[in-house]
Amino acid sequence: MHDIRRIDVQEGILDANDHIAEHVNEHMTDHGVLVVNEMGAPGVGKTTTLKNIIKHMTVKPYVVEGDIESDIDTVDLQNLGVTAYQINTYGACHLDAPMIEHATHHLAFDEPGIMFIENIGNLVCPAEFTIGEHVLMLISTVTEGSDKPYKYPLAFEKADVIILNKVDLMPYLDFDEEFYMKGLRALNKDAPVFKVSGKTGEGFAEVAAWLEAKAANLEVKEHHHHDHDHHHHHHHE
Amino acid sequence: MHELPITQNIIKIASKHCEDNNGKRVVKVNLVIGDYSGYVGESVQMYFDIISEGTLCEGAICDITHVEPKLRCNKCGQLFKKQLLTFDCPYCDGQGEPTEIGKEFFIDTIEIE
Repeated sequence: MHDIRRIDVQEGILDANDHIAEHVNEHMTDHGVLVVNEMGAPGVGKTTTLKNIIKHMTVKPYVVEGDIESDIDTVDLQNLGVTAYQINTYGACHLDAPMIEHATHHLAFDEPGIMFIENIGNLVCPAEFTIGEHVLMLISTVTEGSDKPYKYPLAFEKADVIILNKVDLMPYLDFDEEFYMKGLRALNKDAPVFKVSGKTGEGFAEVAAWLEAKAANLEVKEHHHHDHDHHHHHHHE
Repeated sequence: MHELPITQNIIKIASKHCEDNNGKRVVKVNLVIGDYSGYVGESVQMYFDIISEGTLCEGAICDITHVEPKLRCNKCGQLFKKQLLTFDCPYCDGQGEPTEIGKEFFIDTIEIE
């Protein structure tokens, strides 16, 4: 007979990822580069949003493109003269911190600026993985419907800035802005919401100005670690 | 969606703690997982059985304590479960605010021999 012993572990399953994310964040802060993690469902206009923001920027843009496969978006950005690096996840539903750490080794950060990381098109998984960002930018659209904050609360809760895209289509849709904002504000009191249109270009100058103000006051992002205490049924030795 | 890399992490952490405590093998892994984590509990054991082959965790049982997400009312302070398409408090006319309850994602204990 073997004795079975119970060992207290109390270790977060994503601790290793979070640790690397903190390292990336510190490293990029040292370079004077603001890291923006851009997330949103497929088709919300993530690449279009980046192109429009970059048009209005006065500091240098860097882009890391996450895609399940293909480098269409990266080539597109490189043709515009933007320093861009491609990550293909081949099926993975999100980017993680080790992928970003690797990507930063392939980009020369020769001057301060803003690095955009376009995450995989998905509103669930990317919200759970920190990848070293200073700012989590959520792209939401009027075409997805006004119930999204209620259905994907984690993404809206964690966002530092929320973009509402495709507002030029508002007259043709039954988007209930009051309902959308009520849900959004229940989850997130502080994040500014910018209404934009990738079609007309309206609203992006304001987004760029907001991000550049953040970049001008760059500091290491404080991570609040999850508190495991409320499920502590036994005592540490 | 990302059960595979997550399960790899679980096995790595459990195996390390088993080794650190001079265990021969892991018999059971006790996880605490909030329902907001997006980790599908039902698939864990299946992935675990496949990936743990040849590791200290081979044959171990994954036991998951699920935690239901709770909101806290901004007026009366009561904790409650979110209802469909609303954050309204069921006890008063306040609004629910997010809490950390339901975001748990950790290995609580392991049982080794």
